[in-house]
Amino acid sequence: MYKYNDFDESFVRERVAQFRGQVERRIDGSLTEDEFKPLRLMNGLYLQLHAYMLRVAVPYGTLNSKQMDMLAHLAETYDKGYGHFTTRQNIQYNWPELKDVPDMLSDLADVEMHAIQTSGNTIRNVTADHFAGAAADEVADPRPVAELLRQWSTDHPEFQFLPRKFKLAVTGAAADRAVIKAHDIGIRILERDGVRGYEVLVGGGLGRTPMIGKVLHDFLPEADLLPFIEATVSVWNRLGRRDNKYKARIKITVHEHGIDEIRRLVDERFAEIRPTFNGVDQEILRTIVSQFAAPDFKTASTDGFEAARLANPAFHSWTDTNLTAHRADGYAIVSISIKKHGDTPGDATADQMRVMADLARKYGHDELRISHEQNVILPHVHKSDLPALYGELRAADLATANIGLVSDIIACPGMDYCALATARSIPVAQQIATRFDELKIEHDIGELKIKISGCINACGHHHVGHIGILGLDRAGVENYQITLGGDHTETATVGERAGPGFSADDIVPAIERLVIGYMDLRDSADETFIQTYRRLGAAPFKDILYPKEAANAA
Amino acid sequence: MARAFTPKVITSNLLIEGDAVWFTVNDTWSGDIADAEFMTDEAHADLRLLEANTQKNVMVGAYLADAKLGENGPEATHFREEFRTRGPSNYAHGKQVETNV
Repeated sequence: MYKYNDFDESFVRERVAQFRGQVERRIDGSLTEDEFKPLRLMNGLYLQLHAYMLRVAVPYGTLNSKQMDMLAHLAETYDKGYGHFTTRQNIQYNWPELKDVPDMLSDLADVEMHAIQTSGNTIRNVTADHFAGAAADEVADPRPVAELLRQWSTDHPEFQFLPRKFKLAVTGAAADRAVIKAHDIGIRILERDGVRGYEVLVGGGLGRTPMIGKVLHDFLPEADLLPFIEATVSVWNRLGRRDNKYKARIKITVHEHGIDEIRRLVDERFAEIRPTFNGVDQEILRTIVSQFAAPDFKTASTDGFEAARLANPAFHSWTDTNLTAHRADGYAIVSISIKKHGDTPGDATADQMRVMADLARKYGHDELRISHEQNVILPHVHKSDLPALYGELRAADLATANIGLVSDIIACPGMDYCALATARSIPVAQQIATRFDELKIEHDIGELKIKISGCINACGHHHVGHIGILGLDRAGVENYQITLGGDHTETATVGERAGPGFSADDIVPAIERLVIGYMDLRDSADETFIQTYRRLGAAPFKDILYPKEAANAA
Repeated sequence: MARAFTPKVITSNLLIEGDAVWFTVNDTWSGDIADAEFMTDEAHADLRLLEANTQKNVMVGAYLADAKLGENGPEATHFREEFRTRGPSNYAHGKQVETNV
């Protein structure tokens, strides 16, 4: 893992000291709210419906156990005993008091963490494949590149007043687990004839105008990465629509100017700035790479693991859903579901965080990840340790076997917390998960991604859910629109709106009807929801959702 | 034609705690919407908002919110404002169990 150098350490400490002074001056009245607001946003502090919210960056979703322990400490000391993991691999605290936030940031600095650029019109936390460095299908670990981009973008003088926020995601595998096609810039590490390079996508995004990213460069030489990304952000910084916040994101700029014109402008800017990059960035990258060296994988028999699977059906079921192939022999990637049926997606208590930190120390080479799907990953666990690990997860109520299933729902905080929300999303997720648990059919349903947003800004990624749910305010009443056929992977697709929305009372029955209807439509138990949707199109699914209209038409 | 004025209360969040609060006839902030000043006259509401905004070192972001008169005093009419009187629905946190004011 990346280790702060003296520069990082003093930069983060200095920022904490500055913010401490700013908070003091706000409280004693020397700063007005208008003056203070941009300062608090620069440090991830929002004012929400019921309280302040502090968004802490988890760079590319990677944590060690000490850091996870500190997140638990913050939850317990300054919040109500829990934290909320987000779709951008961050963690949010929903109840801090303003006067405590400098202490929270100081505690975070003790473990090399911060909340810098988790808000505002800046380059936000760089996200990455949550299986980075562990996945069997990976060309290279994307995290060194993500760390390089983090260092480059942090306090970058040219990019502190961008037209709007800017989000980067990096993956090192062909299978996209980082939703790179729905980011302002998505980067994929690839190899051609033994040479490594980057595919650079631009102009993806969700929100009110969802767009799939377009290829800006199909094979960028490794050494050109930073100048090329800088040129791209620079072109947008100049062209971006500052006159209209709804048209300010780079996806609109790319859409309005066309990808070819954007590519021409980027190339032009790149030619200007490339000579100013003298290779220091590549030296820094090499140092970073060495810090992401793979752990010392052990060799041990997996016989005990196989025997435990046969002996314990609950363990068997958990290994079927919550494990992913690891690149090292005898190892597995463990996804810990923090989506127990009926609980809030992405929430973990301080106790659970400590258990996960402890498990990482004991069985996981001290590494944890936060996924954009709001779960926690132990990327390196030897299979011989899985039975013991599973036992400890069960004791901490963390052994839900539902990764990738109907109850593994992404949900934004929605109007239970968020000041921007137009409807609640958490209760909808809770009710759907509870309902399918009652029906005992989620394993029969198979892979299904339900994603829920409480407003058009789409933090809950509803556009790319196989089933997306968008909560809106329709004439003073919560109303839920369904989209179908979205896909968040390398074959990313924006879902299609199914029809009129449903009331808060009708949305869960509608989802139940839809999913049970799909089970009748699929050609075999192996055909997933999205495969059936692609084979048959939207029509039969709409008929299931709107039976009256279907009957009238017949 | 201008839209008819509907009754209002003034609400904001406390500077330190962030708690939702409502402006009373005594120029104080209460954690209970029932204590809020209920305003049926637009000019008066605008004036009171100016007065509320003189307390910017106590609270943040005062605005006029629609309200109706209930048995115990003003009540929220829109679900967003109703949630602010109560707290989140996924935990017994916030106003439904405690108040800072």
